Amino acid sequence: MAVCIAVIAKENYPLYIRSTPTENELKFHYMVHTSLDVVDEKISAMGKALVDQRELYLGLLYPTEDYKVYGYVTNSKVKFVMVVDSSNTALRDNEIRSMFRKLHNSYTDVMCNPFYNPGDRIQAFDNMVTSMMIQVC
Amino acid sequence: MADTVLFEFLHTEMVAELWAHDPDPGPGVSAGLRGEEAGATKGQKMSLSVLEGMGFRVGQALGERLPRETLAFREELDVLKFLCKDLWVAVFQKQMDSLRTNHQFLAFTCGLLRGALYTLGIESVVTASVAALPVCKFQVVIPKS
Repeated sequence: MAVCIAVIAKENYPLYIRSTPTENELKFHYMVHTSLDVVDEKISAMGKALVDQRELYLGLLYPTEDYKVYGYVTNSKVKFVMVVDSSNTALRDNEIRSMFRKLHNSYTDVMCNPFYNPGDRIQAFDNMVTSMMIQVC
Repeated sequence: MADTVLFEFLHTEMVAELWAHDPDPGPGVSAGLRGEEAGATKGQKMSLSVLEGMGFRVGQALGERLPRETLAFREELDVLKFLCKDLWVAVFQKQMDSLRTNHQFLAFTCGLLRGALYTLGIESVVTASVAALPVCKFQVVIPKS
């Protein structure tokens, strides 16, 4: 289960960010912010590499001692960043990919909503995101 | 899948509604009316840009939804290939015979193309020209940055 999920726009400002309500949420915000550099690196590497491996899923961005950070970028350069707890029995790659796929689908639905202006904060994600995050009792 | 005629009706009504306030004098006549009808032509330009804006927003949504399972686009060429194949088929497969001459009917479509390109990272200007029915040319101009 994810500990923090963030959706970041093309211009690198957050459209949606939510973390489990532990103390020190700011730490997660910093982690997401620093992971943006890694995302940019991967995107530019993907552009130059001759390897025919152009995937939207970026994989593990960087691990810290407590957490692991995964990234995913869409064709419209919107980035999804997910922070998961390392102590959790290592979530398999497939599960992370399916979580990102769900996020991408929800984001596309939000985009298609005519009442949503591209670039605004996203309000509609909460239900879906709650189901992905840890239940803190 | 919804019937294409639904969109055609909606589109026709949109154009009719926006045009209702400013009757179109036609391309040949507008030159002569330039002096007095400056207000009216400005109204038409507004309607055209409203239509184009609507198309733009729809194009943005399409640009998100259609390339979902395809791999990441690496360069402009990939984006254009996507535009010409996937987007065109998805949108125009069903509408190929209903394009009309007047600019107002094409404004929405130009906006659609511009929106899809913008969402995929390319700023452009799209104009349409009709030489002879049923052929319609869309010109996409990408300024060198």
